[in-house]
Amino acid sequence: MEPSTITSTDAESMTILMPQFDDLEQQQVASNLGMWMFLATEVMFFGGLIAAYVVYRALSPHEFALASRHLRLWMGCVNTVVLLGSSLAMAMAVRSAQLGRRRELIVFLLITMGLGLGFLGIKAVEYYLEYREFLIPGLNFRFPEHDAPSTDPSGLGAKRFELFFVLYFFMTGLHAFHLIVGIVLVGVMAYLVWRRWFSGGGETQIEVTGLYWHFVDVVWVFLYPLLYLIDIRS
Amino acid sequence: MTTHIVSVRTNVIVFLVLLILLFATIGAAHLPLGPLHLPAALVIAAAKAVLIGLFYMHVYYRHRLTWVVSIASLLWLGILLALTLSDFLSRGWLAIPGK
Repeated sequence: MEPSTITSTDAESMTILMPQFDDLEQQQVASNLGMWMFLATEVMFFGGLIAAYVVYRALSPHEFALASRHLRLWMGCVNTVVLLGSSLAMAMAVRSAQLGRRRELIVFLLITMGLGLGFLGIKAVEYYLEYREFLIPGLNFRFPEHDAPSTDPSGLGAKRFELFFVLYFFMTGLHAFHLIVGIVLVGVMAYLVWRRWFSGGGETQIEVTGLYWHFVDVVWVFLYPLLYLIDIRS
Repeated sequence: MTTHIVSVRTNVIVFLVLLILLFATIGAAHLPLGPLHLPAALVIAAAKAVLIGLFYMHVYYRHRLTWVVSIASLLWLGILLALTLSDFLSRGWLAIPGK
C-alpha cells in the first residue's frame, strides 16, 4: 500500500534522467518546449481555415450573419461550458501529478475524458439536427426558403451562404478530431499512470498532455464567437 | 525542480472568470454595438485565451522561451491574416487594364 501523498522531492528523485540532458529541470523544460513548438504548428494548421473564414466573411458579411443564425447558439454555449470544465479538470490533474497524488490524478484524468466525450456528444446532436435541416454541403444542402427574400438563392450570395457551412463543418470537424485525439491521449495517460509506467509519476508527461488539451480548448474559445455569434441583432 | 504548482483556488477562479467571459461574449452579441460586434467578440476571446495560456498552460510560471514560442505562433498567424486580407480587400481599389 503506497502512502497517499508522496512529496514532490520523493517523486522527482525517482524520475529517470535521460543522458542527453544536464539535469531534470532541463529535461522537463525541453519536453514542455517541444509541445509548445508543436502547438505553434497547430496554430498554423487551424490558421489556414481561419484565414479562409476571415476572407469570405470580409467579402460576404451579410450571408455569413444569415447562415450563422441557423446554428444553435445555446448548444454551443453549453458545449463551451463543458469544454472549459474539462480544462479545469485537466489543470487539476496536472496539479495532482505535480503533488504525486496518483489516485486523484487518475480521477481527474477520467473526468477530463468524460467532459470531452460529453462535448462530442452534444456536437454530434448538433450535426444531426443540421443534417435534418439540409444544411450539410456536399451531402444534402438546400438553401433555406425563409432566407430567400434577403439573398438571391441562385446568386453568389447563396453560394457564400453555403460556404459558411463548408467552413463551419471543417473548422468544428477539425476541432472535434483534435478532441478525439486528446481523449485517446488522456485515456492512455490515465492507463499508464494506473500501471505505474512512468518514472517519477509522469509529472512532465501529464503536463505536456495538458498543454495539448488546453490548446484544443483555446481553439473552441475562438470558434464559438466566430461561428455562432455573428451579428445576431441585425 | 522549480515547477510552480498552481493552487486549487487559482484554478477555480480562472474557471469562474472564463464562465463570466463566456456569458459576456453572448451578452455583447445581443447588445446594439453595430460594427463593434466583431472586435468585442475577439477581445473577449483573446482575454479567455490569455487566461487559459497563463494559468492552465502555465506560461506565467514558465521559462521565457515558452513565452517566445507562444507569442511567435500568434505573430505568424497575424502575418498570414494581414497579408491575405491586404490582398483580398484591396483588389477592387485600382482599375487595372485588361483585368
